[in-house]
Order: sequence, then C-alpha cells, then structure tokens
Amino acid sequence: MILGGIDIVVLIATLMAASTPVLLAATGELVAEKAGVLNLGVEGMMIMGAVGGFAAAVATGSPVLGFLGGALAGAAMALIFAFLTQVLLSNQVATGLALTLFGLGLSALIGKGFEGVRPPPTPKLPFGPLAEIPVAGRILFSHDWMVYASLALVAATWWFLRHSRAGLILRAVGENHDAAHALGYRVVAVRVTALAFGGALAGLGGAYLSLVRVPQWTEGMTAGAGWIALAIVVFASWRPERVLLGAYLFGGITAIQLQMQAAGYKIPVHLLTMAPYVVTIVALVLITALHRRGAQAAPAALGRSFHAST
Amino acid sequence: MITLVKRPMPSRMWSVTTPIIAVIATMIAGGILFAALGKDPVAAIRTIFWDPLFGPNAGYFRGQLLVKAGPLILIASGLAVGFRAGIWNIGAEGQYIIGAICGAGVALAVFPAESALLFPAMVVAGGIGGLVWAMIPALLKNRFGVSEILVSLMLVYVAQNLLAYMAFGPMKNPQGFGFPGSRNLQQYPSAHNPELIAGTGMHWGVVAALLAVIGTYVLMHRHIAGFRIRVAGEAPKAARFAGVVPARLVVACLGLSGALAGLAGLFEVAGPSGQITDAFNAGYGFTAIIVAFLGRLHPIGILLAGLLMALTYIGGDMAQLMLQLPAAAIQVFQGMLLFFLLGFDLLTNYRIRFGGAPA
Repeated sequence: MILGGIDIVVLIATLMAASTPVLLAATGELVAEKAGVLNLGVEGMMIMGAVGGFAAAVATGSPVLGFLGGALAGAAMALIFAFLTQVLLSNQVATGLALTLFGLGLSALIGKGFEGVRPPPTPKLPFGPLAEIPVAGRILFSHDWMVYASLALVAATWWFLRHSRAGLILRAVGENHDAAHALGYRVVAVRVTALAFGGALAGLGGAYLSLVRVPQWTEGMTAGAGWIALAIVVFASWRPERVLLGAYLFGGITAIQLQMQAAGYKIPVHLLTMAPYVVTIVALVLITALHRRGAQAAPAALGRSFHAST
Repeated sequence: MITLVKRPMPSRMWSVTTPIIAVIATMIAGGILFAALGKDPVAAIRTIFWDPLFGPNAGYFRGQLLVKAGPLILIASGLAVGFRAGIWNIGAEGQYIIGAICGAGVALAVFPAESALLFPAMVVAGGIGGLVWAMIPALLKNRFGVSEILVSLMLVYVAQNLLAYMAFGPMKNPQGFGFPGSRNLQQYPSAHNPELIAGTGMHWGVVAALLAVIGTYVLMHRHIAGFRIRVAGEAPKAARFAGVVPARLVVACLGLSGALAGLAGLFEVAGPSGQITDAFNAGYGFTAIIVAFLGRLHPIGILLAGLLMALTYIGGDMAQLMLQLPAAAIQVFQGMLLFFLLGFDLLTNYRIRFGGAPA
C-alpha cells in the first residue's frame, strides 16, 4: 500500500520503533509524576542512558547488558534529583533543569571515546512464519524485543497504578502527601522509588536510541526527546494507556517526516525536522482545549516539596 | 538524629553565603572530576579561574570576559523577573535565536545600503523577534492553560531548525561560494555592533546588559510592580486579592525575558559572531538560567554571577587548549554548580537541628 510515495506498512512498522524511546521515558515520568514529583530532567536521564547503555554494550558485547547499563545510568541520575528534591527540599523545576544541563555535559564527556564506534546489534525476535503474514506480519512481528518489552512495561504500569495496593499508595502520596504521611506511609521513600523507576525507564529509552534506533553515539543525540516525553505525559492526562497513544502519535509524525525526506519531497529538511516539535505543541493545546480539565487531571501535589513538620 | 526546622523568614546571611559555598564546593568536586580525567586538578582550576584574569595573556582574555558575560547577564536579568513570579521561561535560547534572525534579517534585506538608522532598527527588530517568540507560550498559557515550560522549551528546537533553514536557505550569502551562513555583518559598517573601547570587549550588548541590571533593579526593588511580581511568586492567592491579574503577569514576564533574550541574540550576531550560521547559538539561553539562580534572582547578584560564568567559559576554552581538557567538562562543571547551589539553599530556608525535634 503506497500513498504519496510512502509505503504505509513500512511507515507503521517504523512508527513503533521510532516511538519506543519516548514511550519508555514518558511511562517512567508518568509514575514519578503520579507520586507527586515533577522531574524536568528526563532529557538528562535519557542522554545518560544513551551513553551509559552504549558504553556497557560496547564493553561487554551484549546489548542486553547495554540496556541494563542504560537503565542504571538513568536511575543513578534520578537518585541525584531525588536526593536534592526529597532530602534537601530544593525547587523541583530548577533541579530538573540542572539535571538536564548536567546530563548533557557529562554524557558528552563520557561519550568522547565512543564516537564512530558501532554497538553490538540487537537482533529482531524470530517469529518464523508469523513474520511472513502480509501487512500484519511486517507491522506486528518484525521488531526487536525492546519494542515488545516497552509495550509490556506500559501494561504493567497501567495495572500497577490501577489495581495494586502499592499503586494506590503511590497515587495517594501524589495527591495529598500530608494525608498520606498522616496515614503512616513513607512519602519520601515512595517518591524516591518512583523517581528511580522513572529514571531507569528514561535510561532504557535513551539506550534504545543509541543501541537500536541510530545506532551510534553522537553528542546531544536525544534532541529534545526527553522534553517530548514530558509533554506526552500532560497530553495523556496522566493515564498510561493514553501515554501509549501519545507516544505512537509522536512516533508517527517522526516516521512520516523521515519517510518524506526519503521519498524526496521538495520541503527543506530543516522544516521537516521541525515538525515533531510543532505537532507536540499543537497536540498539547488541543488536548487542554478539548477537555478543559487538564489541570484537574494532574496529581494534586505535583511539584510541591514535602517536609514533615511534626 | 538531624531534623530540619523551617525558618519563618529566609536567612539573609545564608542567602548571600550559599552561592559562595556552592562555588567552592564545585571547585572541589570539579577538581576531583579533572583528576579522574587524568589532569592535574590544581592546574586545571588555576587555568579556569585564575589565568584568564591574572595569567600571562590576561590582557586578551579580560576583554573576552565582557563579550561572554554580556548576553548571559542580559538574558538572566529578564529570566529572573519571571522566575520570581513563578513563571518559567526556559526557552530563552529560542528567543535568542529568533532575535538574531530578525535583527540580521533587517540588515540583510537592505544590504548594502548605509544608514545611521540601520543599527537601531536592527535592535528594535531583534527585541521584537524575541518578544513575539515568547508571546507564543504566554498566549497559549493564558488562553488554554498549557505549561509555558514545555512550550517555550519545544520552541527552542523549532527555532534551532529555523536557524539552520535560514543559514542554508534564504539567508545564505549569495557571494559565499556555496558555503552555508549569511553575509558577515562585521564587514557591513552600518549593521556592525563594534567594540566601543578597544581591548575591553565592551559592545552595545554589554551596555544593554548593564542597563538591564539597573532597570530590573529599579523594577523589582524600587517599584510597586516588582513587589507585586514577588508576591505573585511567593503567595499567589494573596497576590490575587491584592489585584494582580495572573494573565497580565504571564504576558509581562515572558515578554520582558523574551525581548531581552532577543536583544542578546541581535547584539551577538551583529557583533562577536558576525553571521547567521546553523551553529550560531552557543547555549547562552540555558547557561543564563544557571546565572539567574547563582545570582539569587537579584540584579546585582546576576551581574556577578554572569561575570563568574563568563570566566568559566573562557577558562574552559583555555583549559581545552592548554590541558586538553574536553569541552564538555566545563558544561559538567556548570551543571554541578547549579546542583550545589540548589542543595545548599536548604540552609537559607531551614535551620538544621541535631538531636531530635525541638520541644
């Protein structure tokens, strides 16, 4: 099926891979924000995951250990943020920005020796005859395992927040930390855990960029993906299933503009590259305009510091 | 057992000393980082902080200090006003780029006409460019309640791509032998933003930065509007009772910071940088955020913080040249500084008690 020089089946298949980094990062950030912490450092955690994952994969020759390294690097960054905002009670907006600036710098420093290196390939899952099915086979059964793992993670996050007791506590902490504290829940511990989880997912997303999507290490390679992940959480009104929708929508725009570049459309390449960011803004505006309850959908204690006075 | 007790008022003493402690802590942590990279930490710190001011070639570097500090101070002055009000414009980098494109656009449109009015017109265009770009998040916040943080930041990436498009497309120098980048405004007398006093690095952008410091000082500390801005940030409800209209505040704060960032971009493209290229922006818009916080959102503090941050840029360049320290190390250094600052800020707002909670 070819429309305007773009193969729709290939487009949908690329869309899933293109969305995976932001999908992972947005899911992680969703959990952190549900616990009431606004971590604007997603970009910094992602790029550290990209370089950490890349370094681990190249050093060990194993993409699996690479992804693990990426997750650890992201989580370590998140713990810096957690220490500053939860223990030292610093302003979350400013600290998140600092995390991004720091991560961009540190990743460039670490990545110096990895420029031009090729990472060990992440194989596609062998589905055998399933992959041969026309259309559906190419779309559903032609990916590497991280694509499926990211979908499983979204489902698990949805279940955890919606149906588990721990998820309920986490949401309580995010809605009203004073009440949660009065009930005997350990607000800071819950938040630190949520942040570490968010950081690990952002790191995984970054590692997917450097190990699969590109696959290479280049300075500043996340190019705003972390910020788009933050926007997707708002777009999704803090619901995991909508994060999936938002991420795939964004991935779709990215995939379309890449395909348009390849199909030789006479639009300057820089204007095409601009598209995902413009669309993200438009999507944010539309979603808040459509149901004027964007503000109410946010966890009530989002961005507020918790200090137990008694 | 250590407990934190909230101070009824932020401590003035700690508010002044924490930036200094943070700088010292960053030097120590930076020294450890440099040692980890296999460089002599003492030499690295000396190269960054001492040599540009008092070292052998200090004469040249002292001039560079104002060139780098000018845009940082100009942008940070505007940002600090918004940060005080709880309005987070973090897209100054984008407004800086658009200011440069608009200002340079005026000059390139009339090239090669010479007129004394050209440079003032460019300044106006640059300021308006930054202002308009900042109005996008302001209007979207007021009209739809969209976060100004996300929109202003997204617009940085849009602006960056627009800049590259301009450098490779409409603004490309027709006599540039096919190379990307616009005509060099340094060779266009009416449009050039020259060094005003030879060897000092003083250009019109530095003058504007000093005016911005004075202007924001008067606004924030000597005028009722500044009081309202601060109340809006510290007690939004009280501010509303006092008659502060949040929507107007959003427009004013984003407009001011956008215009100043746009001006900074214009002075840079007409002066030290000279031309529109795809790599024209050097991250001043982001570093200015650190400057604003390091200066405690106070105009005088920002002046000092801007000079210090400019020093780390120049010192970083020197360390790169002489000690082969990677360029990114200085970025890490600046990030750490902000971490330490935010962390030590605890002391300003809280008292630390050892041995259990007070009776």
